[in-house]
Amino acid sequence: MTITQDATATSLLRFATAGSVDDGKSTLVGRLLHDSKSVLADQLEAVERVSLGRGQDAPDLALLTDGLRAEREQGITIDVAYRYFATPRRRFILADTPGHVQYTRNMVTGASTAELAVVLVDARNGVVEQTRRHAAVAALLRVPHVVLAVNKMDLVDYAEPVFAAIAEEFTAYAASLGVKDVVAVPISALAGDNVVEPSAHMDWYGGPTLLEHLETVPVGSDPSAEPARFPVQYVIRPQTEEHPDYRGYAGQLASGVLRVGDPVTVLPSGHTTTVAGIDALGEETDIAWAPQSVTVRLADDIDISRGDLIAAGATPVPTKDVEATVSHLNERPLRAGDKVLLKHTTRTVRALVKEISYRIDITAPVREGKLEQSSGADGLNVNDIGHVVLRTAEPLALDSYSDNRRTGSFLLIDPADGTTLTAGMAGEAFDTVRSTDANDATDEEDWV
Amino acid sequence: MTTATRSLVQADDPNQNSGGPFALSHLDALEAESVHIFREVAGEFERPVILFSGGKDSIVMLHLALKAFRPAAVPFALLHVDTGHNFPEVIAYRDRVVAEHNLRLHVAHVQDFIDRGVLRERPDGTRNPLQTVPLLDAIEKGRFDAVFGGGRRDEEKARAKERVFSLRDEFGAWDPRRQRPELWSLYNGRHAVGEHVRVFPLSNWTELDVWQYIEREGIDLPEIYYAHERDVFARGGMWLTAGEWGGPKDHEPVERRLIRYRTVGDMSCTGAVDSDATTIQAVIAEIAASRLTERGATRADDKLSEAAMEDRKREGYF
Repeated sequence: MTITQDATATSLLRFATAGSVDDGKSTLVGRLLHDSKSVLADQLEAVERVSLGRGQDAPDLALLTDGLRAEREQGITIDVAYRYFATPRRRFILADTPGHVQYTRNMVTGASTAELAVVLVDARNGVVEQTRRHAAVAALLRVPHVVLAVNKMDLVDYAEPVFAAIAEEFTAYAASLGVKDVVAVPISALAGDNVVEPSAHMDWYGGPTLLEHLETVPVGSDPSAEPARFPVQYVIRPQTEEHPDYRGYAGQLASGVLRVGDPVTVLPSGHTTTVAGIDALGEETDIAWAPQSVTVRLADDIDISRGDLIAAGATPVPTKDVEATVSHLNERPLRAGDKVLLKHTTRTVRALVKEISYRIDITAPVREGKLEQSSGADGLNVNDIGHVVLRTAEPLALDSYSDNRRTGSFLLIDPADGTTLTAGMAGEAFDTVRSTDANDATDEEDWV
Repeated sequence: MTTATRSLVQADDPNQNSGGPFALSHLDALEAESVHIFREVAGEFERPVILFSGGKDSIVMLHLALKAFRPAAVPFALLHVDTGHNFPEVIAYRDRVVAEHNLRLHVAHVQDFIDRGVLRERPDGTRNPLQTVPLLDAIEKGRFDAVFGGGRRDEEKARAKERVFSLRDEFGAWDPRRQRPELWSLYNGRHAVGEHVRVFPLSNWTELDVWQYIEREGIDLPEIYYAHERDVFARGGMWLTAGEWGGPKDHEPVERRLIRYRTVGDMSCTGAVDSDATTIQAVIAEIAASRLTERGATRADDKLSEAAMEDRKREGYF
């Protein structure tokens, strides 16, 4: 969508939406775009034309987002789409994830880059299996902020007790999964209550509208609080008269801060050296931080190539034994014994699926801080979430996903045809499950 | 109307300033992401090429590629699909840029395919949809395995569904139902011989982002993006430039107007907008106030049907 607001907003929030088929998610997204004046005249005219053609009286805002022929024909959303809008306060990239088919896969995809997830529920139905799934995926992918949007409040007479009960149940569930920030907003996407404009029907609600919250939620983390991680993407060697000896390691800082003079370790080799220089896209600088793309020069002539990790602070121990929580994305099941490719940061290595430890039922209620797991799983099917043990051909410098979303994540790829099979998160799935169980050491091996 | 500057997050709203001294402006964040994409392709592919039309998106794309590999040269060639209905200013610009940065340029001519009888001129004279065949032919002949395009997801509904790395089969076709899921910043560039990957480093940019970046970086553009007087005639609600491509027809009177172009493509289907914006600041203000999308205002070929872009993409269009 083209932006019609003024151009002063400079911060960027990436967020994802999740909702079941009839929760009104497309309407909500359409409403956000429409009421924030991000829909332009020609787009609205197109929607009005199609709505009229179908015999509807009012423009169907869901049509703003359903982009493909098959989606319009079937009235469903079949894939993740990305939307762009802005207000004077902030710019937004919205990963619009459909709730219909392949829900887990699509939501995992959208949530992987999101700093906030909007989980939509129908006020008449409350927290249902899908809601728990969405909360669990947000927790699993470590989306820092979750918003519960209780939709269709107009259909429950805008009643506060209905909202309060749903908000309480959801917040407790999300907290048990380790989601730290949950905000609940009662809305009507169809009528426009509390989406962009405050509702005249819900005086009892004193919180922000959905958009107001999106505009003000803190984004980003403080790079100075994290150890530096710099996956080497490409070695820049001009070998020109002007730069006969230039050798720079190009990459994007996955986390942390790098300064000229910093001692660093190159992984997996373990060589240590110091940062001799940093070039920020052609200009010399003495400091760089995540997520900047820069080029780093090192003091010593070490053999470094694409796939290596330049790290500072506490460095990960390179390992060929990877334990991870995974979300299986492909119709082809993942089984123990499968030989796959594993892409971690800029390194792709061969890997063997040694064991599928268990599958996690992310729709079940959490009991004693744990999600249900079915052990002895013979394989993972599409949309399954489980825990696996992998053996790689070369050592990887993996962080735990709970510490670092970029250096703790990986893909499994089918070596035969390049299909993306599985999304992996190194380490255990839900960290606060551990803290709930901290006084019960015997449970440690089977928590998820 | 104020415009974004190079500075970090503005101080007037403390809520935005959560990253402290390490906050990145949205333009810096988009730039870092695009540079990452260029370097991933350089690291993973054998023969990448940048589609270059001389339009603002491909110009920004080239600018980012130049920055990504400094002080080394861009490790990619350029490919221009020439419809034969170009604005002369744009071709001059293209050749100037190629010479200035010592780039390699491949040109695929639609006219060659018409002359050989492979393609037929359309009755409406529009050659934009005819670009697909020469493009796929050039990709095949050049054995290009990664093809950078300047497409943005904000342009059009079908493009909103496009991946950053988009696998195309041996016919160059896009199948929206069979796209690879794309997570984190882990791009999967695996492909079989004969297949290729379209790469869109500007996926997350909007039209306004592109203009603000052009302003910030002081990027030179073909003059037709700024207001100038030109002989135009009205067709399909747009101002088209009179030219050898077949316009105007007898009943379409030509008039001299003060206009500028919001997009640059084939002359026969790229409409001008009335404008007195002669500076980049004025252009940004105009776009920010516009009630029409870029494509809605200026592209005749997208109006052909509700799914025009999707259908062309399926055939291999960028």
